[in-house]
Amino acid sequence: MNSNQNDNAGTNLAPTSTDEFIKGLWRENPVFVQVLGMCPVLAVSNTAENALAMGTATAFVLLMSNILVSLLRNFIPKEVRIASYILIIATFVTITDYAIQAISVDLHKSLGAFISLIVVNCLILSRAEAFASKNTVGKSIMDALGMGFGFIIGLSALGAVREILGNGSIFGISLFAPSYQEWVVMILPAGGFFTLAAWLLLFNIIKERRAAS
Amino acid sequence: MNDESLTQIFINASLVNNFVLAYFLGICPFLGVSGKIDTASKMGGAVTFVMLISSVCAYGIHALLVAIEAPYLQLISYIVVIASTVQLVEMFVKKMSPTLFKALGIFLPLITTNCAILGLALFQTNKGYDLLQSMVYALGAGAGFTLALVLIAGFREQLEFAEVPKVIRGTVLTLMVAGILSLAFMGFSGLGN
Repeated sequence: MNSNQNDNAGTNLAPTSTDEFIKGLWRENPVFVQVLGMCPVLAVSNTAENALAMGTATAFVLLMSNILVSLLRNFIPKEVRIASYILIIATFVTITDYAIQAISVDLHKSLGAFISLIVVNCLILSRAEAFASKNTVGKSIMDALGMGFGFIIGLSALGAVREILGNGSIFGISLFAPSYQEWVVMILPAGGFFTLAAWLLLFNIIKERRAAS
Repeated sequence: MNDESLTQIFINASLVNNFVLAYFLGICPFLGVSGKIDTASKMGGAVTFVMLISSVCAYGIHALLVAIEAPYLQLISYIVVIASTVQLVEMFVKKMSPTLFKALGIFLPLITTNCAILGLALFQTNKGYDLLQSMVYALGAGAGFTLALVLIAGFREQLEFAEVPKVIRGTVLTLMVAGILSLAFMGFSGLGN
């Protein structure tokens, strides 16, 4: 796995827990650098509000599953570890699903089946496998928080761009004069692909610049 | 119960609401294995096969869960069933046709984490399809997935020879092509209801 190699190559011999937190935000950002968990990223990022809610739900599941996987890492037999991780993740996703339904029915409706689909988000399984199963609880918490915030930032960046251009508003608050011509394409599925491509392009250019200087 | 006709379900699932281009399901293999037409079509075939089986299983489980009044077990039981179906299919293919098993390689086990499969199971439950409708829905979704994968693979094979700036190569280029393809598929929306 890509992230695993980076873990070993990028950090010093003994990374502190702050390092574990920071790496998820920027250097190994799950959305822009690792390009993991793309399905929810593209599907529910049509408004900033949906993106933020989805990011928070994913981050919560990531945190809880990282904690539990890390606690149980010495008890789970190697042969059935993936199945066990998926069961742990599915449990927390069910909890989150019902919690969102209790908090806001409207939000639950607009996110739809994508809350349940957090189960198969490769980001969560890859953190369980690549990090939580090998590290202490404290470090796993920091790792999950970093990756979780990185994911929220990535998702919100995408959602904000799509909502501003496609709807002329952010978090439902109108930004422009009524004469503003909305870019309807940004709200459509195609807009998700284009916006993500644009963000990745920006990151590539920054990386290129850094490598050159 | 849902009273859509079977043809309508098939066209809706494969073209109008294409799983990859409209619902963004199965993006990971979409970005990962869409480099060559050959592997893309094999992957599509394997996914369609697993979709069909897990769709039937999901229908049975849903009926069972309704009977014992435990809807909160839906997600957990679906994912367990899909994982074991993939495992079974893998063993079956290995026994019946070692050549096909070799050709599919790592893609077979990876199907477990393909969101298109779980998405299909959840959508068919939400829409209240009966058994036959579910199977047609699975076939349509699989056909749409294969179509999108093969189309993108075709574009990427051609783009290998194009001179694009270095920063755009890779994921960015694939996403841009996917965006344009998604726009093209919007043209099918007139076919739906």
